[in-house]
Amino acid sequence: MSDVRVAGAGLTAFGHSPERTSRDLFAEATIAAFEDADVPRADVDALLYGNFMGELSEHQGHHGPLMAEAAGVQAPATRYESACASSGTAVRDAVMRIRNGEDDVVLVGGAERMTNLGTAGATEALAIAADDLWEVRAGMTFPGAYALMAQAYFDEYGGEHEDLAHVAMKNHENALTNEKAQYQSAIEIEDVLEAPPVSEPLGLYDSCPISDGAAAAVLVSEDYAEEHGLDAPVSISGTGQGGDRMALHDREYLARSPAAREAGAEAYADAGVDAADVDVAEVHDCFTIAEVLALEALDLEPVGEGISAARDGRTTADGETPINLSGGLKAKGHPVGATGVSQIAELADLLAGDHPNSEFVSDATTGVAHNAGGTVASATVHVLEVDR
Amino acid sequence: MSDADDVQDAGFDEWLDAAEEDAAYCLECPEGHASLPPRRVCPDCGATDLEETALPDSGEIETFTVTHVPTPAFEEDAPYATAVAAFGPVRLTGQVVEFDLETVETGLEVELEIAVSETTGERVLGFGPV
Ligand SMILES: [Zn+2]
Repeated sequence: MSDVRVAGAGLTAFGHSPERTSRDLFAEATIAAFEDADVPRADVDALLYGNFMGELSEHQGHHGPLMAEAAGVQAPATRYESACASSGTAVRDAVMRIRNGEDDVVLVGGAERMTNLGTAGATEALAIAADDLWEVRAGMTFPGAYALMAQAYFDEYGGEHEDLAHVAMKNHENALTNEKAQYQSAIEIEDVLEAPPVSEPLGLYDSCPISDGAAAAVLVSEDYAEEHGLDAPVSISGTGQGGDRMALHDREYLARSPAAREAGAEAYADAGVDAADVDVAEVHDCFTIAEVLALEALDLEPVGEGISAARDGRTTADGETPINLSGGLKAKGHPVGATGVSQIAELADLLAGDHPNSEFVSDATTGVAHNAGGTVASATVHVLEVDR
Repeated sequence: MSDADDVQDAGFDEWLDAAEEDAAYCLECPEGHASLPPRRVCPDCGATDLEETALPDSGEIETFTVTHVPTPAFEEDAPYATAVAAFGPVRLTGQVVEFDLETVETGLEVELEIAVSETTGERVLGFGPV
């Protein structure tokens, strides 16, 4: 079995660019990724591409060949759709294809165009990640679903909105130096608590923004990296995926994410590490409560205690295990289909010493990326390790 | 919401019809796993002999939220409360109706009530006072 290396990665800036097509966004990300990787496009064996709402935002299906063309790659291409975990599932399949010897070089990526839909339109589009008959038709929105989980968490384990506000403040702080981030601005606890409510208890600053953007990474086999003398110190050493019932109300727990726990356990075992080895993580904080649930599912915090992690400084940049040093979905932005690969890109840079926040993890060897779809009916977890 | 107005969603619309007649049900397999229609296979164990079982008259709210930023289909309804409530062996997601929003809380006892969206006129699974 071949080890999988991150040869290079590239991101567009995440933010508000309603006029830009996803093919243009993705092209930009791939140009950056190929420059970073120093791998010729002709060597690419496959493109695995994540996208969620292209039918709604661009009236476009069949993205695979369109995006291969945009990237200048003549290789078979497949689109992956698992709501917000779309490109996380693409990364997982890329890893497995390289490991089993099917492919040596895989271009993996994703893009999403969202802001052209406006707030109401994007809210409607995001809602289709839930069960249309039994959730959406009752008026449940995507923020509403996470608000249901947040309220259930407060009822079961305690905690309050101010705890969640610390998650938002931390992630904004982390994004200050990230030039790709949608928000490079600090916020205070009061900003979060006094923001307009979206779905109580969650307000505007508990929610990730609506974003346009793209991400791409060139993954290669260890053999390919050696043969071509690539500078690729970061490997993807573990992969895991979990699933759960589609509707939140059909889950055993309303305030836990078993699919992410399953994905994490599988990825840790695959890499031969455990939670105590994790030095840094990028987790799927589409809402502040989602970061709390992710930390607990990944065993980085005991169940019921993740709520205080940011407030008590355990997950801040100078804390024991910094979480979302990129700014996370909250501040970096969440162009849905790009998010899973963007986490891999940020984490690889953090571990390799190429990130503005690398100084906070200069001794780190092991990082984790957690990508979640819907109310975590889909989850992927990847373990990244760096040669030191 | 993409369906033409005159086309029903088999299984789901019949369930709403039944709930309007106070005859809501879930589907139970021989092992006692309960689920919601349309359903041919038990999602827990794969059994295919599913039987309709009446739901209790009242349920209990397990979590809730008040939504201020809705999808376009609920534009005129906002702000409104959405809750997950347990009705015997299943939970349902519904809009809390006929309660003051401030009084909605976990543990509240509710009855199924099929309401109508103020925005679209479509039927909405709702939870009303007992
Ligand atoms: Zn069963």
